[in-house]
Amino acid sequence: MLEIKNLHARIAEDGTEIIRGLNLTVKAGEVAAIMGPNGSGKSTLSYILAGRDDYEVTEGDILYNGESILELDPSERAAKGIFLAFQYPVEIPGVATMQFLKVAMNEQRKARGEEELKTPEFIKLVKEAAASLEINPDMLKRPLNVGFSGGEKKRAEILQMKLLAPQLCVLDETDSGLDIDALKIVSDGVNALRSPDRAVIVITHYQRLLEHIVPDTVHVLYKGQVIKSGTKDLALDLEANGYAGIIEAAA
Amino acid sequence: MNMQTKPPHTAAEQAIVDSFAEMIGQLPGDAPVTAARDKLLSDISTSGLPTRRIESWHYTDLRNLMRELPKPGKGSATQVEPLVRGSLVLPMVQGQSGEPRAPEGMELEPFLDLLVSGAAAKSLTARGSDDLIGQLNGAFVQDGYNFTVAADTVIDEIIEIQSVQSGGQVHNRYAASFGAKAGATVIERYLADKTDAGLSTAVSSLELADGAEVTWIILQGCGDADQHLGQLNARLGADAKLKLYVVNAGGKLVRQELHVEAAGEGAHLDLRCVNLLAGESHTDVTLTLGHNVPNTTSSEIVRNVVLNRARGVFQGQIRVAQIAQKTDAQMACNTLLLSDDGEFAAKPELEIFADDVVCAHGATVIDIDHNHLFYLMARGISEKSARGLLVNGFVDELIDELDNEELVEALETLIEQWLNDHG
Repeated sequence: MLEIKNLHARIAEDGTEIIRGLNLTVKAGEVAAIMGPNGSGKSTLSYILAGRDDYEVTEGDILYNGESILELDPSERAAKGIFLAFQYPVEIPGVATMQFLKVAMNEQRKARGEEELKTPEFIKLVKEAAASLEINPDMLKRPLNVGFSGGEKKRAEILQMKLLAPQLCVLDETDSGLDIDALKIVSDGVNALRSPDRAVIVITHYQRLLEHIVPDTVHVLYKGQVIKSGTKDLALDLEANGYAGIIEAAA
Repeated sequence: MNMQTKPPHTAAEQAIVDSFAEMIGQLPGDAPVTAARDKLLSDISTSGLPTRRIESWHYTDLRNLMRELPKPGKGSATQVEPLVRGSLVLPMVQGQSGEPRAPEGMELEPFLDLLVSGAAAKSLTARGSDDLIGQLNGAFVQDGYNFTVAADTVIDEIIEIQSVQSGGQVHNRYAASFGAKAGATVIERYLADKTDAGLSTAVSSLELADGAEVTWIILQGCGDADQHLGQLNARLGADAKLKLYVVNAGGKLVRQELHVEAAGEGAHLDLRCVNLLAGESHTDVTLTLGHNVPNTTSSEIVRNVVLNRARGVFQGQIRVAQIAQKTDAQMACNTLLLSDDGEFAAKPELEIFADDVVCAHGATVIDIDHNHLFYLMARGISEKSARGLLVNGFVDELIDELDNEELVEALETLIEQWLNDHG
């Protein structure tokens, strides 16, 4: 589903290279975990996948279902089924959550040539999805993410993911700022979305999340490259021994 | 010796004098009203339209901006549906009042009656020598409404003063007094068809007795060629609360003055102003607010969206009298400047004579937030729609503060429509 080939990317503003020859393949149905020390380029990778224009790809390619997505803007990528759950979802005062959800769902449908949702249908979908994530309906009456706690923001991200039903989900440190209960709810939400035709990339610092969202593959990112790939046991090894050994072996 | 020579009248100034002469005998009023009109007109004729040398008009050089007066209208204006369904409409069709019913607890009469009887004579004065709007409106005022809401009466239905105009000139006055603990929501709405250029002036005078709570919304949706000069004067008694909204979404040349006096302890003013500016328009909102007694509070937020070559002005003057200890006044003016050729001038002015007060003002100019835009686009919302949502959100934040859901929805729909048409 996703094939990243020899990707090099830098910060557009100052030219700092962050991704330095990254290769990664994620198949449909796979849950891939990306781990790595601070500054290894994990969040940058998620932003590049989503199409943030603060980064420039200088070499290599990203193929999604066999097609390069480098020329697509973030909204076009999203319409094709790529979803980024933000590490820090932004608060947007004045934009009502329900309005945002409706516009997002309908624009994606429109881009795919599908019919727009009718309001009652839309409300029903949101209510069901919110209930499954234990999201208080009052939260949805507020402006987008405004006044949400850290945990509520992450739950709201998963709610959006559920409603938009993407093919490729990228979760950027979704576990940060979550207490145990919220982590369980969020993980259950993600697990419910696992399916043979959907891939999930879980970016995390900690093994903890991977106990709830069990990955098929684990990749260690260091200085903008995948330096080791393995199964879920690799995550356990990292938890026990840290990154030092793997970094040394790769050097 | 220097001789001060007065510059000759401009075309617009001459047109004002001429149209007054043409209307002699047609403008309603008894002898004292006529005398008051004559005095105001002669003041305009003598000093001319204000220029940038007059401080209160510094950013709106009317002599330069008001080039001519519109031709008489063809009279095709018709009443439209109220903004919120079920509102009580006080129609002003081409400047003429209708015969609306008054709800229980409210007395209502056309302003025309007060002119004819002469009761309005003493109100036909200007605030000062620089009060062009008061002068022009007083000289030409033809009609309007006068209403009183009885003490302890809350009018549930929204009152919509609906001025529709098709070219020509209309000059109206609204006098509203609210008894102690009375409550009401009033919309002063200006609409004009797009075919003929028109000039409208309006002066509204509000008296809020102790404990009255009023929401007053000025909604200006004139056409691209229209000129609108409005003035609102309000006096707030003890514990009176005025929630004042101004939404400018139209007009070629617009000035809306707001003069508020917090005259009783515990009085509070909320001003929320949304200026949607496009084309080559010039829009000016000028506030003077007096905190005249101790323990009064106010909050003013102005949000501007500037497109094309539009120019906007906000002047906010807050005066705190020496006895007005414990005044709390917070003023902010935020501009979303979406065009390199647009312009917005913000002039805060605090005159504080008391020593134990909290007064703050701030002005910002911003562009669309890059992080916000990326977040929305990452959800599949196209750049154009995402920008639209963010611009809407910037001003809707103020509208959301209103506690009437239908009203919020109507205003937000109107704003969305404007942005769709101009964005």
